[in-house]
Amino acid sequence: MSSDPKIEGYKFKPGYSGMAADTASDQTMFKGVHWGKAMMWIFLLSDTFIFSCFLISYMKGRGSTPEEWPNPSEVFALNAFGVPVPLLLIAIMTFVLITSSGTMALAVKYGYERNRKMCGWLILATALGGLTFVGMQVFEWSKLIHEGVRPWENPFGAAQFGSFFFMITGFHGTHVSIGVIFLFIYAYKTFAGHYDEGKRGWFTTMKGDYVEIEILGLYWHFVDLVWVFIFAFFYLW
Amino acid sequence: MDEIKKEQTTTHKIGIYLWIWGLLFVLSFFSYMVDWYQFQGLLRWSLILIFMFLKAGLIMAFFMHLFWERYALVNVLLWPMTAIACFVGLMVAEGKYTLFSRLFYFFVEGGQ
Repeated sequence: MSSDPKIEGYKFKPGYSGMAADTASDQTMFKGVHWGKAMMWIFLLSDTFIFSCFLISYMKGRGSTPEEWPNPSEVFALNAFGVPVPLLLIAIMTFVLITSSGTMALAVKYGYERNRKMCGWLILATALGGLTFVGMQVFEWSKLIHEGVRPWENPFGAAQFGSFFFMITGFHGTHVSIGVIFLFIYAYKTFAGHYDEGKRGWFTTMKGDYVEIEILGLYWHFVDLVWVFIFAFFYLW
Repeated sequence: MDEIKKEQTTTHKIGIYLWIWGLLFVLSFFSYMVDWYQFQGLLRWSLILIFMFLKAGLIMAFFMHLFWERYALVNVLLWPMTAIACFVGLMVAEGKYTLFSRLFYFFVEGGQ
């Protein structure tokens, strides 16, 4: 259900003429787009800037230190059957997060098809994937803390390594944890049929609709997107 | 329920999501292989960046539906990224200068 009133005579035009009409339009810019979805995109844009600032400061910190930077493929190696495998846990975490992103995309699809059960189970699967990811991150943090990595020092090399590691992965892990909480709430709301009946939410007068699953999905895919960049710049570089 | 329907409610075939899912798995596997085979130097950095941008693009375009979104939204989201690119450029220059000053004043001049 669209939140803004249908405007008489308004017809969506695709392409650049549609973009001109959108940006020059009266009353609202993205006519026909749920306000929650537009605002989620704006929020994600601001979040992009926050994560960019973290990664850029990491780039600057790593690039400007004369000390040797710890080799991530050794620091994050894990012993499997007595052999150290580089980045093993990080690779598994990456695959888990991508899997949960895939189930979320399918949940959005089934939501729009008003397939309540499939949508609910897929959201639940996404939540479990996110929970697995956070659990592995807890393991990774405690392992590094046991090895003596602190925000101000570490036994492997440049002292800045620890502060960037805890800051960046911690902020991302917080995003995942918040996402997991919301995924469980939305799984409940889906199974309870709130989106089929148009039941109002707890803190809003907005009627429930499956577009909320898409909004939640945008957030979850963004968390996966940020991990792509962290994986590339922090773990592989 | 109201009669008003969003124009976005048309869904896509499940195949497209499964394809993108599979591609993301393959690309992640490739970027892990970059570390596994310990590629070094320019080859390593370019491979990491290529796989990263491909994955990010696939997630944004298909999982986040940007490929099907109206151009106004796509432009509102993507143009601010140029500011980030400028910031990266500035900080590369700044980082090089900081490294130079540290090496010069701590090791070259301080040693005399």
